Amino acid sequence: MRDVAIIGIGITKFGELWDKSFRQLIAEAGSKAIIDAGIEGKEIDAIYVGSMSAGRFIGQEHVGALVADSSGFAHLHIPAIRVESACASGGLALRQGYLSVASGMNDIVVVGGIEKMSDVGGTAATETLATAADQEWEAFFGATFPGIYAMIATKHMHDYGTTREQLAQVAVKNHANGALNPNAQFRREISLDTVIKAPPVAQPLGLLDCSPVSDGAASLILCPAEKAKKYTDKPVKIIGSGQASDTLALHARDSICTFNSTVYAARMAYKQAKKTPKDIDVAEVHDCFTIAEIIAIEDLGFVEKGEGGKAIDNNITTLDGSLPVNTSGGLKAKGHPVGATGVAQVVEIVTQLRGEAEKRQVKDATIGLAHNVGGCGASCIVHILEAM
Amino acid sequence: MEQIGIVSYGADIPRYRIKVEEIASVWGKNGEDIKRGLGINEKSVPSLDQDTATISVEAARAALKRCNIDPKNIGAIYIGSESHPYAVKPTGTIVGEAIGATPNLMVADYEFACKAGTAAIQTCNGLVKAGMIEYGLAIGADTAQAAPGDALEYSAAAGGAAFIIGKKDVIATINHTYSYTTDTPDFWRREGRKYPAHGGRFTGAPAYFKHITNCSKNLMKIAGTKPEDYNYAIFHQPNGKFPVTAAKMLGFSYDQIKQGLLCPIIGNTYSGSSLLGLASVLDVAKPGDKIFLTSYGSGAGSDSFDITVTDKINDLSRKNAPSVAQLIENKEYINYGTYAKFRDILYWE
Repeated sequence: MRDVAIIGIGITKFGELWDKSFRQLIAEAGSKAIIDAGIEGKEIDAIYVGSMSAGRFIGQEHVGALVADSSGFAHLHIPAIRVESACASGGLALRQGYLSVASGMNDIVVVGGIEKMSDVGGTAATETLATAADQEWEAFFGATFPGIYAMIATKHMHDYGTTREQLAQVAVKNHANGALNPNAQFRREISLDTVIKAPPVAQPLGLLDCSPVSDGAASLILCPAEKAKKYTDKPVKIIGSGQASDTLALHARDSICTFNSTVYAARMAYKQAKKTPKDIDVAEVHDCFTIAEIIAIEDLGFVEKGEGGKAIDNNITTLDGSLPVNTSGGLKAKGHPVGATGVAQVVEIVTQLRGEAEKRQVKDATIGLAHNVGGCGASCIVHILEAM
Repeated sequence: MEQIGIVSYGADIPRYRIKVEEIASVWGKNGEDIKRGLGINEKSVPSLDQDTATISVEAARAALKRCNIDPKNIGAIYIGSESHPYAVKPTGTIVGEAIGATPNLMVADYEFACKAGTAAIQTCNGLVKAGMIEYGLAIGADTAQAAPGDALEYSAAAGGAAFIIGKKDVIATINHTYSYTTDTPDFWRREGRKYPAHGGRFTGAPAYFKHITNCSKNLMKIAGTKPEDYNYAIFHQPNGKFPVTAAKMLGFSYDQIKQGLLCPIIGNTYSGSSLLGLASVLDVAKPGDKIFLTSYGSGAGSDSFDITVTDKINDLSRKNAPSVAQLIENKEYINYGTYAKFRDILYWE
């Protein structure tokens, strides 16, 4: 296995991008990354792209070839692979691209993630996202992800005394971070009171506990670490890559307050990286709902199980805290174009490790972690990155 | 230069009102939040025997009462609405007969979501300019539909306004008009469907604001004017907030738009919306006043007008018909049950 580095990053603005199509978005993110890395089309050995449900969101499947085509590479006949793992599609696309470079099969690989969600209405978007739940046991009975995560939140509040205010603090923190990110969907701060008084979605979660429906794309360029300096002064090495799965349905698990997929994927990534949670300087975690960030930081070992709700009051996950989490604004404020999210998280970590995050820069960040979840934890991908 | 423009005008608003909180309480929503979110307090509701035809007749009669025009000299009637009572059979013939303008008459019904009424004014303006007719009657009226429980239920209202267009005794000259049109599906109702559908927030930036602001800017370029040149401005009012935001984006002040801003107290009267705003301005306008108007119709397009009030407004018998303010004041509140009966939501045999 070879070491692999990230030598280029690209991302579009996230949001309700009425005037941009699926193919425009992926071409924009991809070309930004290619320009950032200074590579040529003919150097590219393969393209991996994460997309959860282009078929339902825009009526377009076969997006691997489409991405190569709309990026202007049809004449180069580059192998293009579409990867799907619900909301973890982007993280998995990176892992597949990483494995192909690490194996020695490919040298230069483009990884992309994209979703164009706003072409359908809110109901269709919620139903499409719910296809990542267990259709027979959850979705057919009316469960949607807000409802499923609301059950997790209720249990976490019951078992560990997590409060409504602590849930809301996650949204307040991530909006404050998002306000500093030029590509974020929501660039405004919100108050605790606003979050708590927002219209209810699924008790105890309100509208501002939920990540939005978004359009957007992100891209990364990978190459063998030994060749990285040829392309960039600031390569970032992937030192750990972990993936795990779990039951599709929430009720089939021993505990609904722990995502074992996160625990196992993190264990795999930490072991490979020879790091512990204490070594992480900055992290992007999958905060599709406020409760998801709380259990993610527990399952990743940043805090003890049950202590996640206190992480903001204890100044751990805040921008000036001991382990800043979701400096990009997270899924909540940056936006959550599902297939793009896992790649966008890594774009943020690379930006931080390069020291290019401007107003949201975490001081002296050298090791970062990205945590991408599919569904309610049936899939999880964790990457650990280090500045070279 | 030959003056062509508005010779007389009239308005009609059904007297029933329902408050936003009354609708909200039926659906378990917080009325105060919705009032704040939409900028609407209450909306007008048509009774069982009111429709676009009756509202158009009332508005047309009000316009005729204010002037001394023989209805026989009206050579064209164009009515813009998205709630014509018949899918096939014109509203304009009913109105033409009711006011005594038949049979030497051109008639057609218009539909362009909320802007078909201003399109009717443009048509009449052109026909008068071409010398094909002496007077044209342009009407925008609606009894707007909204599915029970839909966000539109808080805003979809009823009302209309009629304008006689000609070149003799013009009270308000139409100096310039311009339209901005694209194919933008933000709101629609398919053939045979009872209620319209809409694209949520897509109705905002890429639809309403894009068309309103581009149309307005382009008209001011053609007219060589600036926002501060106008005494009054009217923008289409799908809710109480959009027109205020659009005015701000274009550089108009709240003082310029407040006389024509009716949505907060009567709701969105669709094809009647911007035209009732114009009627409200004409109720108080003085010679020399400059009026700016931009309508918006989903699908999508905007019509802008640069209008100057003439000395003749003082000769018009404005008091012969109720002002828009009087129509708004003449009201009776109903509950949701009565609303459901009036709007054909209840099922009975």
